[in-house]
Amino acid sequence: MIKVEQLTKSYGATLAVDAIDFDVKKGEIVGFLGPNGAGKSTTMKMLAGYLPPTSGRAEVAGYDVFRQSLRAREHIGYLPENVPLYPDMRVREFLRYRAALKGVPGRRMNERLSDVIELCGLMDVHRTVIGRLSKGYRQRVGLADAMVHEPDLLILDEPTIGLDPNQIRQVRDLIRNLKRHHTILLSTHILPEVEMLCSRVIIINRGKIEALDTPQNLRAKLGSSGHILLDAKVSDPRAAAGELRKVAGVEAVSIRADGDWTIFTIHAAAGADPREALFAHAAGKSWPVRELSRSAVSLEQVFAEVTHAEEA
Amino acid sequence: MRRFLTLVGREVGGSFHQPMAWIVLFFFLLITGFNFHAGVSLLNGSAGTTTMVEAFFNTIYFWFPFLLVFPLITMRVFAEEAKMGTIEMLMTAPVRDIQVVLAKYVGAYIFYIILWLPSLLYFVVFQIVSDVSAAGAVGSYLGAYAMLLLLGLFYCGIGCLASALTDNQIVAAVIAFAGILFMFFLGLLSLVLPGAGPFVRDLTYYFSPVQHMMDFSRGLIDSRPVVLYLSASGLLLFATFQVFQYRRWKS
Repeated sequence: MIKVEQLTKSYGATLAVDAIDFDVKKGEIVGFLGPNGAGKSTTMKMLAGYLPPTSGRAEVAGYDVFRQSLRAREHIGYLPENVPLYPDMRVREFLRYRAALKGVPGRRMNERLSDVIELCGLMDVHRTVIGRLSKGYRQRVGLADAMVHEPDLLILDEPTIGLDPNQIRQVRDLIRNLKRHHTILLSTHILPEVEMLCSRVIIINRGKIEALDTPQNLRAKLGSSGHILLDAKVSDPRAAAGELRKVAGVEAVSIRADGDWTIFTIHAAAGADPREALFAHAAGKSWPVRELSRSAVSLEQVFAEVTHAEEA
Repeated sequence: MRRFLTLVGREVGGSFHQPMAWIVLFFFLLITGFNFHAGVSLLNGSAGTTTMVEAFFNTIYFWFPFLLVFPLITMRVFAEEAKMGTIEMLMTAPVRDIQVVLAKYVGAYIFYIILWLPSLLYFVVFQIVSDVSAAGAVGSYLGAYAMLLLLGLFYCGIGCLASALTDNQIVAAVIAFAGILFMFFLGLLSLVLPGAGPFVRDLTYYFSPVQHMMDFSRGLIDSRPVVLYLSASGLLLFATFQVFQYRRWKS
């Protein structure tokens, strides 16, 4: 669906996007992840046909985004970052205008409008002037606009930014529902969002792609260095920590008191999973245990590691 | 074509969603109405051969609102979209740059025409009430309104170019007004330079909208101003298109 080769964009001397390559297959939801100013928006603007690249090429649905821009744009639904809408228009009127502009035929117009209005939960406001809508509703109007012409590809630039937690959940549910019919490229800097929604993640930093994999694989790559939490009641925490350090597969132990209880943070050796041994040890000593868990490496850590390595 | 018409519809509709359109319409009608009244008073007190059409289109009350209205019509067309960021949404829809530029120009022009529609009624009413022909011949009407349309094309072009140059509507209005006044006073140069010879007088005649309107409202249709205003409008549109693309592609 998307094919990007050596795509580069520079603003004067600043290199915003530096010769990136990636592919997105039909039906995927790909998350575009990176700190502010990493080049996410610039890349998306180039894919949407708004910005010309300095060099390189990109293809959407088989059309070159720059040479066959109009054909490519017919297959793209794009939600820009700050959702620019005409504040003087009513929701339905706006969507009708956008649909006509994107070539939705007259006989299908009402059906399409009703579909996107229902899908995006705009039934209550479809006669309201856009300027009076809340941020959450505007975001949904933007989404409705992006998909009103049934594009193959949706490019969503930070679709949940600036929304309250309820609205974020609604928009996420909406996106999840969309994946049946659309390929989606979305950018965000909210990591759990990527884990929840995306089948693949592209981590981009300073205009370069740092990592490109499934969320699971990315986590697995760093998963071995996770730590284990043991929350138990022991009489002498220091001595207990010394004992735990001797358990096979344990590298380091730190302790923290929580009333009568002690929380041990145990760093496992690479590739090792000493949880069973830890349980056996605790059981042998008859320590009351209220928690024994391994903290999964979140993408947050992956992200920090990937983008931090670049700075070092 | 359907996309183009959709764009034009949005331009015209959008301008009426703004209070500015109604304020402009109100004051414009007020002043042209007063202008008509002044014309009637003038004719009442004189026994000359001046017709109502001539009296209407050749006074300061005509030129003042006429020149002032273009910056107000055109200042928002490009500048507003650039400022609000809606240009990004517009240009990622499958529309050509040239369609957008033309639609904005045509949209502004249609609003300009709407401003002048009520004036047709003035002459009809005048004729019914006074039983005197408002124009010497039908050519006067045609000439006057043809010149109105031609000048409109030209000045709308100046306004659109000014609006494409900036994100700021006020700046756009000031540039447009400066450009329009410059073109207008270029035609009056021979009045300012009394020592100028016949060459300057002849030359400025070619640029003088006052002179053109005077001729046309008498029914004297001359092809030279027609060519001037059509080609100048074409040139301005081309320049607007270039500026629009340049600003879009360098952003």
